[in-house]
Amino acid sequence: MRAIVVGAGIVGAACARSLARAGVDVLVLERGAAVGGTSAACEGNLLVSDKTPGPELDLSLLAADRWATVAAELHEELGAAFPSVEYERKGGLVVSTTADGADALRAFAATQRTAGVDAQDVDTAGALALEPYLTRDVTAGVLYPQDAQVQPVTAAEALLASARHAGAIVLTETEVVGAVRSTDGRLIGVSTPAGDHGGDVVVNAAGPWAGDVARRLGVHLPVLPRRGMVLVTTRMPHRVLHKVYDADYVGATQSADADLQTSTVVESTAAGTVLIGSSRQRVGFDDRLDVEVVREIAAKSLRIFPFLTSASVLRTYGGFRPYMPDHLPLVGADPRLPGLFHVTGHEGAGIGLSVPSADLLHALVTGSAAPLDPAAFAVDRPTLAPYLEEAS
Amino acid sequence: MTPRPVDPARDPAEPALATTVTIEFEGRRYEGVRGQTVAGILLSHDVLDWRTTSVSGAGRGLFCGIGVCFDCVVSVDGVRDVRACQRRARGGELVERQHDRLPQPREER
Repeated sequence: MRAIVVGAGIVGAACARSLARAGVDVLVLERGAAVGGTSAACEGNLLVSDKTPGPELDLSLLAADRWATVAAELHEELGAAFPSVEYERKGGLVVSTTADGADALRAFAATQRTAGVDAQDVDTAGALALEPYLTRDVTAGVLYPQDAQVQPVTAAEALLASARHAGAIVLTETEVVGAVRSTDGRLIGVSTPAGDHGGDVVVNAAGPWAGDVARRLGVHLPVLPRRGMVLVTTRMPHRVLHKVYDADYVGATQSADADLQTSTVVESTAAGTVLIGSSRQRVGFDDRLDVEVVREIAAKSLRIFPFLTSASVLRTYGGFRPYMPDHLPLVGADPRLPGLFHVTGHEGAGIGLSVPSADLLHALVTGSAAPLDPAAFAVDRPTLAPYLEEAS
Repeated sequence: MTPRPVDPARDPAEPALATTVTIEFEGRRYEGVRGQTVAGILLSHDVLDWRTTSVSGAGRGLFCGIGVCFDCVVSVDGVRDVRACQRRARGGELVERQHDRLPQPREER
């Protein structure tokens, strides 16, 4: 079997690795440079804490298990000379700073526990013991030991290197411009300016640009870019020990609002810098720096960590997250075009969900047992149907 | 060619006399002129590095020189992360080397 994976971000890399290790001939086609889009402009979160019970949380719990294994496999396979993926299961701490926020946070954590999440209630003193530099205004906290992080660029590059070791070929600066179809309408390859490439399956893993790739191949896919900004401080003495979020973060991830939303997420990196997020905004692919967004993120972060008032911001960066109108990742065959699979729509969770999504794709392509029910992530799921019909 | 071809009395730039300022770094005092940056004064005395990297412990000094890269940060009078290439010396500053250790991953603590 031969597979063409479109996109060399972390999702494409994970899919290429998964298929290549199963003996599939894999060709990865990337429009620009490998790991140059969303995967290079995010925080590297592997979170269960921000997910409401449902299919995405199930996929995230699978991710939490799988990343521990995959990070070890990558280190074993690529050796110490390959830059570390910086996998660290440091745990997440979600905190509220109001009485109402505390009630909402407690109730939310209780629902997550029923879905299998390790969510441990802590009081103000407990939260301050975990994070000594937190604001004294903390009213409640929940510790999520399963939350982890990776350095997203090296993680994606490591998955891609591993895919290459398993025989995958990666062509960068190679843009997919159209479909190659058989006489009966099945997708049997893609065309690029340098010629056609044949494949039994084509995997659209182009992240926020997956809608564009789908259109070129002949189907409508309602993937939209949602912009997120992150601030990076200078290296500083280690004062942020977990991934720390304001309790309003969950609401922001689940919102469909196009307007700017910000919610505090603070974590330190292995390099000693501190990343301060987050924002969500639907502004198309407009990548101009919006100082208002940066200002709001910075100001809100001080509510959680007052010491950041004297921190120096080294730089800011922004990326586009692949947003689905029904807030669920897309992993599955496109029934409208046999031969086409999509793996996209993870919005701000794609780094963590790349590996289990690739597991799921591998099962669907090869017909092996799926690690979880694929129906919720399918192209023809009921919640997505209105958006597929809309433009057709 | 003289260093100042224009008669100072009629120079439209109205140059002031250079005032000497002194900064202190690692137990030594370094003289420069008012208007020079901290990096400028240190470099003029052949001091090439004033930060120690976290991973390899290597020295770091001026890299971009225009305030973008943050490679040259120092502590000035107790305030950390000051870009030496951007801070003009007023005289009397205590400049200190920064060396931040890497955070220890949780599992290894």
